[in-house]
Amino acid sequence: MSKIVILGNGIAGITAARHIRKHTNDSITVISGESDHFFSRTALMYIYMGHMKYEHTKPYEDWFWAKNKIDLLKAWIKTIDFDSKKLITSTSEEITYDRLILATGSQSNKFGWPGENLRGVQGLYNLQDLDMMETTTQHVKRAVIVGGGLIGVEMAEMLHSRGIHVTYLIRESRFWGNVLPEKEGALIDRHLKEHHIDLRKETELEEIIDDGKGSVKGIKTKSGEVIDCQFVGLTVGVRPNIDFLKDTSLEIDKGILVDEHLATNIPDVYAIGDCAQLKSAPSHRRPIEAVWYVGRMMGETVAKTITGTPTKYQPGIWFNSAKFFDIEYQTYGSVPARLDENHESFYWEAADGKKCIHIVYEKADQKVTGINTFGIRMRHEVWDKWLNDGKTLSYVVEHLPKANFDPEFFKRFEPEIQQQYNEEYGDSIIISKPTFFQRIFN
Amino acid sequence: MKAIRYTGLLLFLFSFFLFLGIFFMSSYTLSREDFQNIVKPEHQELLADKFDNIIDQEYSFSIPFVNAVNGAIDENNSQMRAKQQWNKVIYDQYASSLTRAATHGLIKEQTTMLFILVFVIGTIGALMYLTPQVKLAGPAGIKNTGIFHNALNNRGWLGISIGVLLVTFYILLYFFDAYIMNWIILVDLIQKLINPGAQASQWFLYGFLYTFSVLVMGIRMIIKYRQSKYQIVRTLSVMFFQTAFAFLLPEILVRLNQPYFDFKNMWPLDYDFFDAWHINTLTSAGGLGIFMFAWGITLFAVGVPVFVFFFGKRWYCSWVCGCGGLAETAGDSFRQLSDKSLKAWNIERYLIHAILVFAVIMTIGVLYSFITGSNTMFGIDTYTYLRKPYGFLIGSMFSGVIGTGFYPIMGNRVWCRFGCPLAAYLGIVQRFKSRFRITTNGGQCISCGNCSTYCEMGIDVRWYAQRGQNIVRSSCVGCGVCSAVCPRGVLNLENKDEDGRFGEPILIGNDGIKVEA
Repeated sequence: MSKIVILGNGIAGITAARHIRKHTNDSITVISGESDHFFSRTALMYIYMGHMKYEHTKPYEDWFWAKNKIDLLKAWIKTIDFDSKKLITSTSEEITYDRLILATGSQSNKFGWPGENLRGVQGLYNLQDLDMMETTTQHVKRAVIVGGGLIGVEMAEMLHSRGIHVTYLIRESRFWGNVLPEKEGALIDRHLKEHHIDLRKETELEEIIDDGKGSVKGIKTKSGEVIDCQFVGLTVGVRPNIDFLKDTSLEIDKGILVDEHLATNIPDVYAIGDCAQLKSAPSHRRPIEAVWYVGRMMGETVAKTITGTPTKYQPGIWFNSAKFFDIEYQTYGSVPARLDENHESFYWEAADGKKCIHIVYEKADQKVTGINTFGIRMRHEVWDKWLNDGKTLSYVVEHLPKANFDPEFFKRFEPEIQQQYNEEYGDSIIISKPTFFQRIFN
Repeated sequence: MKAIRYTGLLLFLFSFFLFLGIFFMSSYTLSREDFQNIVKPEHQELLADKFDNIIDQEYSFSIPFVNAVNGAIDENNSQMRAKQQWNKVIYDQYASSLTRAATHGLIKEQTTMLFILVFVIGTIGALMYLTPQVKLAGPAGIKNTGIFHNALNNRGWLGISIGVLLVTFYILLYFFDAYIMNWIILVDLIQKLINPGAQASQWFLYGFLYTFSVLVMGIRMIIKYRQSKYQIVRTLSVMFFQTAFAFLLPEILVRLNQPYFDFKNMWPLDYDFFDAWHINTLTSAGGLGIFMFAWGITLFAVGVPVFVFFFGKRWYCSWVCGCGGLAETAGDSFRQLSDKSLKAWNIERYLIHAILVFAVIMTIGVLYSFITGSNTMFGIDTYTYLRKPYGFLIGSMFSGVIGTGFYPIMGNRVWCRFGCPLAAYLGIVQRFKSRFRITTNGGQCISCGNCSTYCEMGIDVRWYAQRGQNIVRSSCVGCGVCSAVCPRGVLNLENKDEDGRFGEPILIGNDGIKVEA
C-alpha cells in the first residue's frame, strides 16, 4: 500500500483525494495549515456578509473524511525534501510520501507599494485573510480597494454590506478591463454606482499612508489625490503559492511546471490547481488558470493517473461565472476584451441596462467562439455543445431559447434578441414565442 | 426613509405588546343570570352550591377564574364518580362560554378601538417597516446580509423569545382556550363581519392571526425576493389560497348554512376528514355536502398523483397549502435553521413515513368504526388508541406546537419535513413518478453552500449540484429559493420528460474524463 500525500485541502487537492479513494485503497493524507476541513474558498465573502457561517461552507460533513479513510493533517509545510521524499513542517516534523500531489493554491499579489504591510492593508484569499478582515474592519468608516477584478468587487460588496464607504481604484478605463469588453464593463460600472461604490477609473495607487502607529490612515493616488481610509483591500490578482519551493529541485516558473499528465519534473510528484503551470497549454487555454473549476478538473484527472490510468489533462471549452453584486455573469468559450481582426460580435442589452449577451463569432464563417451573458442564465451543456460543434451565429440566436436557464416565470428576452439580430444582420430567423403551456411544461 | 421604518417598527411593537397586554386586561365576574343562561338546568342543580363562591366574585385575571370554574365542575364529577352516578358527571365544556360571559372591561367596551390599535395600527406599522426596504436595501437582489449576525435569524435571544412565545400561544390555543378569551373577543367583529350570527372561537382567532401573518409577511417575502418572478407569483398564490380558501370561504359557507369546508385542505393532513361526525355532516348537507365529500377524496386520490406528476409536490406544498403558506411567508426568516446533516435526513425519513403509516391506520380504524358501528377493531378501541392520540400527538403537538413554535429553532418547515403525512405521500409520488426535478447547470457549481444553507427542507442541495446531478428528493417542496440564492446560476426547477431524470452526474468541462461521479 503506497502513501499518497496531498499538500493543500482546497478544491483541487480534495477532488484528487476523493477520486483517488474511489479507485484505490492506498493511504491518503491531506495536509493543510489553513483549515481543519475542506471549505469553499469562493464562499468566504458570504461568511463576512452573514449569509452563511463557516460551517456552511464545508461541502462535506466532518465524519466524511474518516469514513472514506482520508487522513487530514493540519500543518504548515516549510519545505520539501524531494530526494528523501519528505515534507518538513513548520515545527520541523517530517512526513514521508510515496507519491505527492502539490495543490498549494495561490497567494495575493503585492507590488511593493509603500505602506503595503500596514495594519488594515490586505488581500483576500484564505481563511486567515477573512479573520483578519473581520478584525480590522470593525470600526472602519471608509475603505479603498485597489484592483478591478473578481476579488475586488467581492470585497467591495463585503465592505458595503457593513455600511463601509468604498472607494474603488481601477487602473483601466472600466471594471475588469483586461477581461471584459467595453460594454459589459460599462454595465458593471453602472451597477457598482447603483450600489454607491465610488469607482475611480484609470486611477493607480502611489502609496499607502501610515497613521504613525502602524495602521493605514489613507492612500495617495498617482495623480496625487489623498483619500482618507482605515482599510485598504489589495486585490491586484493572485500568483501561485510556491515561494517555499523556490530552492528545491522542483522546476518552477510562475507556477510549478507540469506536463499534460500534471506531472512535475520530479518522479511521483504532481501539481494541480492554482499552483500548477502547464508547460504546453492547449491553444484555447492559459498556462495558469486560478479558478475553482480548473482545480476540480485537474484533481479528477490526476487521480486517474495516480491510480493507474494515465490520463491527460484535456480541458474542454472554457467556462466561468461570477456575480457582481446583483448581476450574475456566465461565460462560455472565448470573449476577449478586445476583438482581433478575424472576429466580430453581436451585442444585445436589455432596456434596464442590467442584462446583456455578447456573442463573438469568426468573421469568415460566422462560427460562434464564445458568449458572455449578464443577468440571464444559460445552459452550460447547450453552449458547450454549440461551441464544440461550431454552430453559426444565426443558428445560435435562433435556438437561444434552448440555452435559457432562467427560472420559470422570468421574462424571456429571446424574441427581443432575435428581433435585434434580424434587424442588424438583415436575416429572417423565426422569432420564438413560447405558448403558455410550453412555458409551464418546458 | 429610515425614520419611516423606525416609526413603523415602534407602531408595530406598540400593537404587538398591546396584543400581549390584552391577555391580562379584563376582570371576570360571573353573574347568576349568566350562569343560569349558559349552564344546562340539570347541571345548574348539581353545580349550584359549588358555584356559590364563584358567582358575583370578581377575578382580576382569567386563569384563576377559569381554574375556579373547572375546579367546581371537576369536584362535582369526582363526587359523582365516587358515588357511581355516571349520569351526573358533566362532560360539557362550560369554561369558554362562562368566561366569555364573565369578562368585563375594556375588551368588551372598546373592542373596535382595541382591534384598530392592534391590527390596523400593527399592519400600518409593519408595512411602514417593510416597504421602505424597496429603496433602502438597494437594488433588487438576494438580501441575506447579516442573517447569521442577527439575534432573530440565528437562534439568538430574539429568536428563542419568539419561539417560547409561539409555543406558549399554541398550547393556550389548543388546550386552554378559555384563558385567552380576551383575544378571542378581540376578533369578534371580524367574525361578525363575515357571519353576523356567529361568535369568534379560538379557531377563528387562529385562522385570523394565521391569515394576517401570511398576508403581512407575504408582502415582506415579495419585497425581499422581488427580483424573482417565480417567488412573487408563488407568494401571491399562498396568500390567495390562505385568505380565500382557508379563511373566508369556510366562514361564508357557514353563513350560508353549509358545512365548514376548506376546499384546498386534504386527507391525510386534514386528519379528521374521515371522522364519523365529519362524514355525517357532509353527507347530510345536501348536494354541496356530497360534492365536498367527493371533492376531498378526489383531491388526494386523483389530484395528488396527477399534479405531482406534472409539477412535483410543490403545486401543493409551496403554492397552495396553509402550513406551507405560513412557512414561506412568516417563516422565511428562519429557513436557514434547518438541519442539513445526513443524520437529520435519516430521522426525517423514518419519522415522516411512520406518521403517514400512523395516519393511514388511524383512518382505517375510524372508518371501520364508522362503517361497522363497532368501537373496536381487532380489540382495540379506535378512538382511545388511534384517533385521540393521533389528534393530540400529531394534529396538535407536532403540527402546531412544534411545527410552528419551533420555527426560530429548527427552521420553518419542521412539520412539513418531519411530520406531515400528506407531504410524505406527495413525496413518494414525487420521488417515483414525476416530471419535476432541480437540474444543475453543467460544471458551474462552486460548492459555496448558499443553496444548502437556505433550503428550508434541509436538503443538502450542494451535494448534488457539485457533482452535476439532478436533485430528485421526495422532501423538496419546490420553493425555488436554492435557485434564487445561487450566485452562479446553477440550479433550476424544471418539469421535463421523465427520461434522464435520474441520469448520471455530469460535470461538463473536462474532456479528459468521461461521465463519472
